[in-house]
Amino acid sequence: MTHSAGPELKLRVIDLDFYYGKVQALYAINLDIAANRTTALIGPSGCGKSTFLRSLNRMYETVPHARAEGQILLDNEDILDMEVSQLRRRVGMVFQKSNPFPKTIFENVAYGLRVNGWKGKGTLEEAVERSLVRAALWDEVKDQLHKSAYAISGGQQQRLCIARALAVDPEVLLLDEPCSALDPIATAKIEELLFDLKKQCTIVIVTHNMQQAARVADFTGFFLLGRLIEFNETGIIFKTPAKKETEDYITGRFG
Amino acid sequence: MNGRSLWRKCVNGVMFGLTGLCTLVAVSVLFFILGYLVWNGGRAINWDFFTKLPKPVGETGGGMANAIVGSAKLLLLAALTGVPIGFMGGVYLAEFGGKTFSFLVRYATDLLNGVPSIVMGIFAYTLVVLPMKHFSTLAGGLALGVMMIPIAVRSTEEFLRTVPLSLREGALALGASKWKAIVTVVVPAALRGILTGIILDLARVAGETAPLLFTAFNNRFWSPGWDQPTASLPVMIFTYAIAPYEDWHRQAWAAGLVLLGLVLLANITARVVLSRKLSSVAG
Repeated sequence: MTHSAGPELKLRVIDLDFYYGKVQALYAINLDIAANRTTALIGPSGCGKSTFLRSLNRMYETVPHARAEGQILLDNEDILDMEVSQLRRRVGMVFQKSNPFPKTIFENVAYGLRVNGWKGKGTLEEAVERSLVRAALWDEVKDQLHKSAYAISGGQQQRLCIARALAVDPEVLLLDEPCSALDPIATAKIEELLFDLKKQCTIVIVTHNMQQAARVADFTGFFLLGRLIEFNETGIIFKTPAKKETEDYITGRFG
Repeated sequence: MNGRSLWRKCVNGVMFGLTGLCTLVAVSVLFFILGYLVWNGGRAINWDFFTKLPKPVGETGGGMANAIVGSAKLLLLAALTGVPIGFMGGVYLAEFGGKTFSFLVRYATDLLNGVPSIVMGIFAYTLVVLPMKHFSTLAGGLALGVMMIPIAVRSTEEFLRTVPLSLREGALALGASKWKAIVTVVVPAALRGILTGIILDLARVAGETAPLLFTAFNNRFWSPGWDQPTASLPVMIFTYAIAPYEDWHRQAWAAGLVLLGLVLLANITARVVLSRKLSSVAG
């Protein structure tokens, strides 16, 4: 069964099985991700939503013996056959815990541009500024670009990581519980940011916070025990879910 | 109830006292040695020690300028051989090594670390001195360099392992290759620790005497070249300390103090340079 999300598709996941060694973590996932929309993935811990997210940029390859089977099409090109650094330039990622490099704020944002062979200093500075503006961080850090990235607050660090990911102009941005370590104000800033970002890229966000999914996502998928139970427009998932498991989970009756 | 809590208090007090006493003993031994060295060395040291060659037997005065330069040359050679091999080996173990292979390599480096230093001297003797048919700075430097490898490997590996996975993932997620992520993010993040480990390693071999006895040998004059025998501070201390002359004992103390001072200086310089370079970035 294919869950259809709309006419313009950015990513198509077809019959994706995922294994950690002999342990199967995902079972026959079929999911279409719409371009310039935010898709949220929800579900209890260990349900496979983070594994699924990490298969979209093949980040799982850092885990020995992890492998994906099936097809993940990015603009009709199977990412499992792509050159991995090429793929990750197109599909950026922001992690649960902010992970700025032990470098200056400027160098953090410039990192992706430098490793991808950026030339010309003037334009590099412009690109860094542009990314920080897009991540709504520019006004807060413009006077301390050459200070350590660890000198700013946790919420700012997470937005710095978003700016760093945006600097290479990804077509898809994956966010793995980006707000789980942040206070409500920092969370609100990032959610606001996601609304603006989807004009330019496609967003997939894993979250434990169902209110957050309801607030930011156009589409929501519910994962349970390695299976995609239900996928639909966010309003439908939260108001009139088709499956009993989904309803149990979102109403907190999940045991 | 009350008796029990009194007993616990007693045990607590005794244990606290014991740990404190042992700490005191450990520290006091250290300070006793340092103090004795500074006391004896300080009385013996003078400007001539740094600028003059050793005087012939029977004459008093003179210095160990040739041994100071000799030690510096030996340490330079040791660093040039030991540091690149140890560092790269550590990177391999931390970042690329498979489980079984890494275990074997780690085990081998630990064994190598336990090999008596005089055996390292025999190794360099066989490898360099025998084919060249004479003692040389080169052979001594090689012996010290090989001695540096195990600790350089292990400390590099340990410090790279302290770099969180999230930093590696952050670099990989931006399209960096594994190699690029290591060079641009992982190694810089661990650099302070790695360099500290290497400096301590260098400081350790700076005081080695046994491997130099039949590699660099000794020289009462300026060493004419890298392929010729050279004086070094540890071997000079050994030679002078067992000699029957009071003036030579005095010089040996001075040499000990200079050796200690050089190690301390290297340590402090490295720390100052590192903290200045990184404090603005790593916090």
